[in-house]
Amino acid sequence: MSDLFEKYEGKLPKKVLVELKEATKGLKSPEVKKTLERVYGEFVANKAVPGEAVGIIAAQSIGEPGTQMTMRTFHYAGVAELAVPQGLPRFIEIVDLRKEPSMPVMEIYLTDSIRKDEEKVIAFAERLENVPLSDIATVEEDFAKKRITITFNEMRLNEHGLTVEDAIKKIEKAVRRKAKEKKDNNLVFEPGFNTLRSLRKFVDRIHETKLCGVKGIRKAVVLQEHDGSGWYIKTDGSNLAAVLKMAEVEPSRVYTNHIREIEDVLGIEAARNAVLIEAKAVLDGQGLKVNPRHVMLVADVMCYDGQVRPIGRQGVSGSKSSVFARAAFEETVKHLHAASIKGQKDMLTGITENIIIGQTIPVGTGLVKLGMKQGK
Amino acid sequence: MEGASVYLNGKLIGFHNKPTELVENLRRKRRAGALPHELNAAYYAENDEVYINTDAGRARRPLLVLENGKLKLTQKHIEELKADKIGWKDLLNEGVVEYLDSEEEENAYIAVREEDATPEHTHVEVHPSLMLGVVAACAPFPDHNSSPRVTMASAMLKQALGVYQSNYALRMDTQSHVMHYPQKPLARTKHAEIIGSNDRPAGQNIVLAIMPFGGYNMEDALILNKASVERGLGRTTFYRTYTAEERRYPGGQKDRFELPKPEIQGYRGDEAYRFLGEDGIILPECKVDGGDVLIGKTSPPRFLEEVGELSMIEEKRRENSVTLRPSEAGDVDAVIVTEATTGNKLVKVRVRSLKIPEIGDKFASRHGQKGVVGMIVPQHDMPFTENGITPDIIMNPHAVPSRMTVGHVLEVLGSKAVSLEGEDFLNATAFDRLDYGGLKKMLLKHGFRHDGKEVLYNGVTGEKIEAEIFIGVCYYQRLKHLVSNKIHARSRGPVQILTRQPTEGRAREGGLRFGEMERDTLIGHGTSMLLLERLLKESDIVTELICEKCGTIAVDDQIRKKQYCPICESTNVKPIEMSYAFKLLLNELKALNIRPKVVLEDKA
Ligand SMILES: [Zn+2]
Repeated sequence: MSDLFEKYEGKLPKKVLVELKEATKGLKSPEVKKTLERVYGEFVANKAVPGEAVGIIAAQSIGEPGTQMTMRTFHYAGVAELAVPQGLPRFIEIVDLRKEPSMPVMEIYLTDSIRKDEEKVIAFAERLENVPLSDIATVEEDFAKKRITITFNEMRLNEHGLTVEDAIKKIEKAVRRKAKEKKDNNLVFEPGFNTLRSLRKFVDRIHETKLCGVKGIRKAVVLQEHDGSGWYIKTDGSNLAAVLKMAEVEPSRVYTNHIREIEDVLGIEAARNAVLIEAKAVLDGQGLKVNPRHVMLVADVMCYDGQVRPIGRQGVSGSKSSVFARAAFEETVKHLHAASIKGQKDMLTGITENIIIGQTIPVGTGLVKLGMKQGK
Repeated sequence: MEGASVYLNGKLIGFHNKPTELVENLRRKRRAGALPHELNAAYYAENDEVYINTDAGRARRPLLVLENGKLKLTQKHIEELKADKIGWKDLLNEGVVEYLDSEEEENAYIAVREEDATPEHTHVEVHPSLMLGVVAACAPFPDHNSSPRVTMASAMLKQALGVYQSNYALRMDTQSHVMHYPQKPLARTKHAEIIGSNDRPAGQNIVLAIMPFGGYNMEDALILNKASVERGLGRTTFYRTYTAEERRYPGGQKDRFELPKPEIQGYRGDEAYRFLGEDGIILPECKVDGGDVLIGKTSPPRFLEEVGELSMIEEKRRENSVTLRPSEAGDVDAVIVTEATTGNKLVKVRVRSLKIPEIGDKFASRHGQKGVVGMIVPQHDMPFTENGITPDIIMNPHAVPSRMTVGHVLEVLGSKAVSLEGEDFLNATAFDRLDYGGLKKMLLKHGFRHDGKEVLYNGVTGEKIEAEIFIGVCYYQRLKHLVSNKIHARSRGPVQILTRQPTEGRAREGGLRFGEMERDTLIGHGTSMLLLERLLKESDIVTELICEKCGTIAVDDQIRKKQYCPICESTNVKPIEMSYAFKLLLNELKALNIRPKVVLEDKA
């Protein structure tokens, strides 16, 4: 039996062989042989032909339906003020790999112990939400007396499960100063700055003090899971590293649309999958039927050298090996000059450079060469 | 401050306790002629603000003034207007009509029609169709068409060929078209009459059948009756004027109109100058073809150093004649010799060519229903009615339902009825409430079906066509996009000097660009050799000698029969096929102080 599989080693991908071994358990040898032959035949038939211009075909296959994408921005039903960009703007955001997506969103699923209890999930969501001081208190500054008064709004404090004492502790820690006076709802600072400018900066720091929650998460909404088995949290803002550390969170089901963050936290393979999932989500959301293999190629090109790179001048197109190909794309003179200073060689292995110099391109019929054995 | 704030031309000038009375007073005085009619006053109750405007640049529109639900315009006025005793100005001065700006309009309550007016109303529209612009209101029944089609009809009205100016024979327009047998439309609007478009019409009333015709009128194409074309349907003349001036140059030199002599630089050959007179100017009524010289002109040399040896001032002049466009032909219609504003001698030559409708020419009705001629069919092959009438144009029925041009159908039906009845015209002004029943009665009276359908017979076989065909009269326009002015193809031809790639554009006999996206499709198919043919072989291929030792472009000295490298003097050079654009790039790199090397290698 195992020699049957040995025959296909190197011919079929390892993962496929493992799956087949599992699937053919309990089958007789001739049946296994037949199965393997069938699978191998399918595998060969579905491979790209040598010399096929997969890149151009992928570009056209995504680009043409892309012209039909709408510029509309949809709003998530039930999630107040979460306007996630869809369609072309989002797609551009993915391939341009912006440092921060215009709308980072997380989906946080919780461990079985609490995900079925709506109350607990809501309580947890409240802990996620980042609350700046300006949300729960008013800050008044008296520049003449160089004194700052903070007045807490107790109702808002309670909403976030905070007490005045907690808040005072947090503020004192954040500004690294003890308060001068503490009276009911009031907190008075006299930081002892002489210049107006440093006082202003101090006030700004107070305003930005986060009293609770996870950094970067502006809003958290509780939603019911699709199968109705429990509740999960959708957030405006993303912080994968911090959320994964929380004990209540089920780490295998947390999702964010922030590709760069996924790369930092989970690595390049996860980032590649994130590009794939996000790009496919955009195309599906627009009702465009694009073979996922084209999208996979784009994701692979963005990730193959170990870090996610955008498509375009800063990324893939700007770092092609050919001088001519780079010069033909953008910033012609810059590339030519840089190449001349380094004394670079163009090996003429790509398509663009061969079109420029007027040679057959190494694709399709241009790839085939006829050789003759000498001697005899 | 108490009271409403009062703004004059946007500036706060004071406050008033009785703003309504103030505004009413102003209006009363304006209507009485005590204040200029350009003044507008409005009171905004919600802000308690009065706006008085007298400045320039406000869009204003005329309205009939109502007082206590009754028009100030009386029968007496109308009679006097008809008798030409009074005019618009008098109505304005009397306060019978007034112009409102957008702010005073906010205070007005305007009835669309006189019969709708109540005591509450302040004004009545002069005519509801005034909501349309001049062009849209010239199209018939715009109120029965969908709005995109009205927009398109308005755009196409401006492209229709007709008599654009009654003095066209005296004018030297750069380009112009004149229609031979223009007709006033049967379906007319008041607006068209007022702007005078019926005095200089641009179109003809033709018999239109709406039916398919062997697939030759699919996708909005039209079938034309050949006999109609030969009788002058859509026939126009195209005029183009060519200009030349005897320009003066610094150094006392100037251009000269003359018959160029063979020794002149760039001489075009005797043939090209055959129509020119002694003065170098063509004679009227010559039959000219593309490339023929219309005005012979020579210019002084570009550089002064070119003065001949022995210090002879005999300059080498260059040929600079004006020739007929390569793709055109015609007859010289008029020649004018005059003086430019600069004082130089100026010659204008107008060439005329007859443009008979042909396959590919664009026609349109006034309902945004445009189409291109798909076939010109002999009259004996056209379908005919019981009375022996053959249509001039056949339009495809698929053009109507999805576009909802009901106005088109109404025009055909109405024009048919009106032409049978012998009436002058059909009123097709927007919102003028068409008397559909009357039209039906007219048709029935003359023995036609009330819905405009008729039994037609196949012109080829004589068989009765199973469906009844909607047939009637419609006004059709020939639009200025003529195939003969657009048709273009090239196999070989001129190239650009810099890149040696084919030129661009019809006027330069150019090639059709094989662009980036087209390039991508060939890459996608992996058809490498076809791509090479398009981008190199059929474009700017050159064979350059390359030095194998140092990689520079080598020299081919044909006198000494020697091929060598100018840098390292090696004679080991190889001919290499490349695009001239690439050779140019190598040269430009050298100009940037970058030395490119071409490393040669045997093709594996
Ligand atoms: Zn050399």
